[in-house]
Amino acid sequence: MRVHAQRAGALLGGLMFPAVSLADWTLNMTPGVTGTSNEIFSLHMIILWICVAIGVVVFGVMFWSIFAHRKSQGYKPANFHENTLVEILWTIIPFVILVVMAIPATATLVDMYDTTESDVDIKVTGYQWKWQYEYIDEDFGYFSNLSTPRDQINNRQAKGKNYLLEVDNPLIIPVGKKVRFLVTANDVIHSWWVPAFGVKKDAIPGFINETWTRVDEPGTYRGQCTELCGKDHGFMPVVVKAVPQEEYDTWVAEQKVAAEKERELTQKDWTMAELMERGEKAYQTACAACHQADGSGAPPAFPALKGSKIAIEDMAAHIDIVVNGKSGTAMQAFGNQLSEVDLAAVITYERNAWGNNTGEMVTPKEIFDYKNEQ
Amino acid sequence: MSAVADTHAQDHHHGPAKGFSRWLLTTNHKDIGTMYLIFSFAMFLLGGTMAMVIRAELFQPGLQIVQPEFFNQMTTMHGLIMVFGAVMPAFVGLANWMLPLMIGAPDMALPRMNNWSFWLLPCAFLILVSTLFMEGGAPNFGWTFYAPLSTTYGPPSTTFFIFAVHIMGISSIMGAINVIATILNLRAPGMTLMKMPLFVWTWLITAFLLIAVMPVLAGVVTMMLMDINFGTSFFDASGGGDPVLFQHVFWFFGHPEVYIMILPAFGAVSHIIPAFSRKPLFGYASMVYAVGAIALLSFVVWAHHMFTVGIPIAGQLFFMYATMLIAVPTGVKVFNWVATMFRGALSFEAPMLFAVAFVILFTIGGFSGLMLAIAPADFQYHDTYFVVAHFHYVLVPGAIFGIFASAYFWLPKWTGHMYDETLAQTHFWLSFIGMNLAFFPMHFLGLAGMPRRIPDYALQFADFNMVSSVGAFMFGATQLLFLFIVVKCVRGGKAAAAQPWDGAEGLEWTVPSPAPYHTFATPPEVK
Repeated sequence: MRVHAQRAGALLGGLMFPAVSLADWTLNMTPGVTGTSNEIFSLHMIILWICVAIGVVVFGVMFWSIFAHRKSQGYKPANFHENTLVEILWTIIPFVILVVMAIPATATLVDMYDTTESDVDIKVTGYQWKWQYEYIDEDFGYFSNLSTPRDQINNRQAKGKNYLLEVDNPLIIPVGKKVRFLVTANDVIHSWWVPAFGVKKDAIPGFINETWTRVDEPGTYRGQCTELCGKDHGFMPVVVKAVPQEEYDTWVAEQKVAAEKERELTQKDWTMAELMERGEKAYQTACAACHQADGSGAPPAFPALKGSKIAIEDMAAHIDIVVNGKSGTAMQAFGNQLSEVDLAAVITYERNAWGNNTGEMVTPKEIFDYKNEQ
Repeated sequence: MSAVADTHAQDHHHGPAKGFSRWLLTTNHKDIGTMYLIFSFAMFLLGGTMAMVIRAELFQPGLQIVQPEFFNQMTTMHGLIMVFGAVMPAFVGLANWMLPLMIGAPDMALPRMNNWSFWLLPCAFLILVSTLFMEGGAPNFGWTFYAPLSTTYGPPSTTFFIFAVHIMGISSIMGAINVIATILNLRAPGMTLMKMPLFVWTWLITAFLLIAVMPVLAGVVTMMLMDINFGTSFFDASGGGDPVLFQHVFWFFGHPEVYIMILPAFGAVSHIIPAFSRKPLFGYASMVYAVGAIALLSFVVWAHHMFTVGIPIAGQLFFMYATMLIAVPTGVKVFNWVATMFRGALSFEAPMLFAVAFVILFTIGGFSGLMLAIAPADFQYHDTYFVVAHFHYVLVPGAIFGIFASAYFWLPKWTGHMYDETLAQTHFWLSFIGMNLAFFPMHFLGLAGMPRRIPDYALQFADFNMVSSVGAFMFGATQLLFLFIVVKCVRGGKAAAAQPWDGAEGLEWTVPSPAPYHTFATPPEVK
């Protein structure tokens, strides 16, 4: 009997609190790993203690009145209701405290705004709902997508340690170098935040914001998008890996080679099966968030592709909408987001998956020519 | 709260009409006040229900109850309904009931417009709530509706949302004009400006804020309307527009708006604390000047909501200093309330409990506001749960506790009955505990790095979210008790004297309880 009760209890506990063992009860901000984040942390602690001190005094007097000056204990009320000196004092004293507080805050702010003399420049672009990182000086870039499986989000699978804070391709930066971020967005406003760096900057379409960091400790640092950007706002984390300089240099060299290989793939002769295989993968990362894995979409904002006119009839219109997007809607222009190979693969996949059996395919070369003609 | 008795005690006017037309056609400030209060409580329950959906989804990590699309609709509608449907109309209701009684006027200055400004509200909210049932769902871009998420990327129902905001705005502006006209023209002989009760003062200043900023809100939604339907590009960068312009215009409205929601509560609390301390308000004049200073400063701090958008450092510094400055007059008010309590003869009936909790918890919200004002630190706090904790601390124990305190304080005057004190104190303690349990852990979540407006979160945030949800359910359920207490008080209870609180002062206590349908047909003399 007791065993059963224990098991039932354990089961219930397991169902109710799957995360408790992994969770913690952090109360305060953490200092982070950069000079900026440490300065912010100390400002935070100063202002917090100032508030605590004022609170102790004000609430102290108040609680003293609440306990000592009660009608039920026969306390007779005083009748004072004015004192100009007191009013002047409690106007001036807080003002002086604020001036004292403003001085270090100003110094930190000036430092945070100094984006000059950077060693590495990276362009960060927010998309619904992923980040793009472009290494401006090195001529390569890539997208960073949430890598937490959908099954974990929908509670069909146990949640991993970095649930919702993990991506397929993290941003890689060298330690000890001043890295400047040029932050912008492609569609709506996003905000790029890494708490451990003390860096948060809004990514605004049509504008480029600047911010910078210098990380001294190698490690993986996690953050999230912090500006509501639509349906999957909670599912576009930021992951940054700070690595030693040599490791960074090797990685950059590899990325350049890989980027070159990718460009060569455009010229290869692709078969239907190869395109379908690649297309399915590309579809899952680029399209499935809105149009769903089974092509059913979420009308009216996100139309179904399964059986849609564009996907089974007019090939030219299909290529146009994927490459150029549709203005005034959430359909983005994928022409610059995906490689020619992926564009061709996705379009081929959409024309042949989920019963859209057109049997038609488009090759990377055709996409390449299409884009050149525009 | 429909127990305005027709006693014919003071005059020979007719009483209220019978049936539905009494409410539809009334120009009586007491009837209209009652309707505003009932309407705002209904909206409070509706917006609260949406908060319960949000907290249920956030009870544990993963998506359990709603999908992200609907979650975003819930956060948006919760915010819009609470701000424009619950808090603002509740204060207008209190103003309608109490301003004429406090200044010795027979009614509001513009009674027919008064009727119209009320009846526009149910229409506006019918439109707003109906968007939930439209194709594509309700607005899902947050109550701040930042462009281009709300324009290019908004659901089709956005146009209906804009129309609803326009109607609400017209209603608010007319209400504000009425308040100003009443206060400036209908005061009893001898009531100079510096003899006005503080609730009248705070409402006068609030009304000026409303007239100044509601047209700005109307402007920004009209620009959205043009962008969505008529091909303009105010906020669309690809057409030469500027998404940040939206935020500047919105927050030029939005920051004074938060004072619109708190200043009347300042006024009410400045009556309740002296009444239950049996001691005059400390520093009346400095209280008036402080409210004026807060109102003026509220126009020059809007960009502190935008520290991370990339405004130049000079702007950043200006808005940081200006925002920090607001702490000074706000501090003066808190010090004055505490000095009023000091060496009084305190008793703790429900209005006083809510008022004391107001001072303590609003001050905590003020502290976190001061922290948020420090621009470099704001880079860490911005758009996290720390902000959610901050504004719920100023709005729930601030605005809403202020409304509860006022309701218990004046219920005897409205209904002629005393409310059930035991139940009211239960309502207070459950609200107090539930509210702190719901919102205090949000400070920790924000500092640990949890962004706001997310339907699902990383595992390290699980524990405090669960605590917060439990507190929210407790707070939400407790509000049904308030409904019960009010209904019980309307239907019966110990008869209330004209002056049920021994320390309360003001003209409203010179008329019988319940207040007759028509009061002050002949203006009283104020010495």
